[in-house]
Amino acid sequence: MSDMINQYRNNFLKEVESKVEEGEWVKNCMQCGVCAGSCPLGDAWEHTPQKIFMMIRAGKKQEVLSSDAMWMCTSCYNCIVRCPRELPITHIMHGLAHYAKRLGLAPKNNPTLKFAQIFWNNLTKTGRVNELKVGLSLYFMNGFVEGIKTSLKMQKVGLNMIKNKRFSIAEAWGGHSVKDKSGLHKMLKKAYDLESARVDK
Amino acid sequence: MATEYSFYPGCSSQKGASSSNYLNSVKTMADKLDIKLNEIPDWNCCSASIGYAGGGQLPRLALSARNIALSEKHNQGQTIVSPCAACWLATKEASERLKENETLKKETQIVLKEVGLKVENETPIKHMVEVLIEDIGFDKIKKQVTKPLKDIKIAGYVGCQTNRPFGINGESYENPKYLDNLIDTLGGTPIENYDKKVQCCGGALAFSEPEKSQMMIKDIIESAADAGADMIVTPCPVCQMNVEVYQDQINTKYKTNFKMPVTYYSSLISVAFGANIKNSALDQQIIPATKLNAIAKS
Repeated sequence: MSDMINQYRNNFLKEVESKVEEGEWVKNCMQCGVCAGSCPLGDAWEHTPQKIFMMIRAGKKQEVLSSDAMWMCTSCYNCIVRCPRELPITHIMHGLAHYAKRLGLAPKNNPTLKFAQIFWNNLTKTGRVNELKVGLSLYFMNGFVEGIKTSLKMQKVGLNMIKNKRFSIAEAWGGHSVKDKSGLHKMLKKAYDLESARVDK
Repeated sequence: MATEYSFYPGCSSQKGASSSNYLNSVKTMADKLDIKLNEIPDWNCCSASIGYAGGGQLPRLALSARNIALSEKHNQGQTIVSPCAACWLATKEASERLKENETLKKETQIVLKEVGLKVENETPIKHMVEVLIEDIGFDKIKKQVTKPLKDIKIAGYVGCQTNRPFGINGESYENPKYLDNLIDTLGGTPIENYDKKVQCCGGALAFSEPEKSQMMIKDIIESAADAGADMIVTPCPVCQMNVEVYQDQINTKYKTNFKMPVTYYSSLISVAFGANIKNSALDQQIIPATKLNAIAKS
């Protein structure tokens, strides 16, 4: 890209292009709205992907990154396969959500943000998901009282799963894990560091 | 001689986990089809599609790259196969991303050095249904049917992640037919006009946004019931769990009366191949698949 074009491009679009996963695609959106109409939770989004892309181009950094919109993505990939310009919309939404979290601008009480972080912490601890601990952290993510209420509501589902050997209390003591846990942690640390050197500068 | 694959079972299929029934039926099915599944030693979680809050792009790629590298080291020359939609998708996406992006490729190799690995990234990555369709073929499957699934009307719920963005070769995203064809092959009656065949069940958001997700799940069950389905069959662990286990809660909220069994295609195949209830993992259903049970017992 020539310097001439760069000069007229706003800062937030440039920032998204260089720091957000698949962000370089944002400029290609032609605002047709097929993504908005294809999203299964489209009605629940504060801003549809189509609007998010326009807002990025309009330089609305605060509004975009503090929106709960990207956290409504169910990763169904409907938008990706229908986009006439072939933007990897699902990945851009994940990328924007991650970037918002990274900058501390994401809506702190959004349940999907909380759950996604619980899931990541859980899987990176032993290298494999511990469904019991993910479940309990999820139920108690809004405090103890809420946690008890949710647990009671979910009691029947849980007991059914235990009865059918699809949920195990034994996971409370250690549970499934990779053997090379320290290697995995070393590997992830390196990945965080390299990415940070690129994105947080 | 058995066909060998490098097997990536995924977290939810482990002992005592939510889709352990999937693995149990896949093992029965693979055994009968003479498929040998060599587990990737020390595989790790793929981080699914919800790892992105805590995990940036590179840490998530590193997880999948480690699995591919382990497969290339220990199960050399074997195609990676996963029965889990999310595992398959994450691994395949990572593989593509590493082919397209030089920076990420270079960084991933540096990261893998920490665990003494290197990724060639030349290994094909398949979902288990691709193995059935492309490598085995429905003709061969048909020949092994000893107990046709007679008089069972089955809605093939394909869902999202085995269908988009990669999908199954030759199928449309809007109306994939492979589950219908499989049901037909096994002697069952596919519900051809199943409106919610590719509707999202909410995925991981069934945990974080239960009301919104259960609204979608209700439609998935209702459209199958309205079309006369006795049961639903799916290729995805998240679809199976979401559509099966919340039916009580949905019935309370929406004043419905659903008791729709939801099983994996691998349970269907196992039964049609003559396996018993336990080996078809039907004993792990929360909503019993009554008609399938009857055939398995016959």
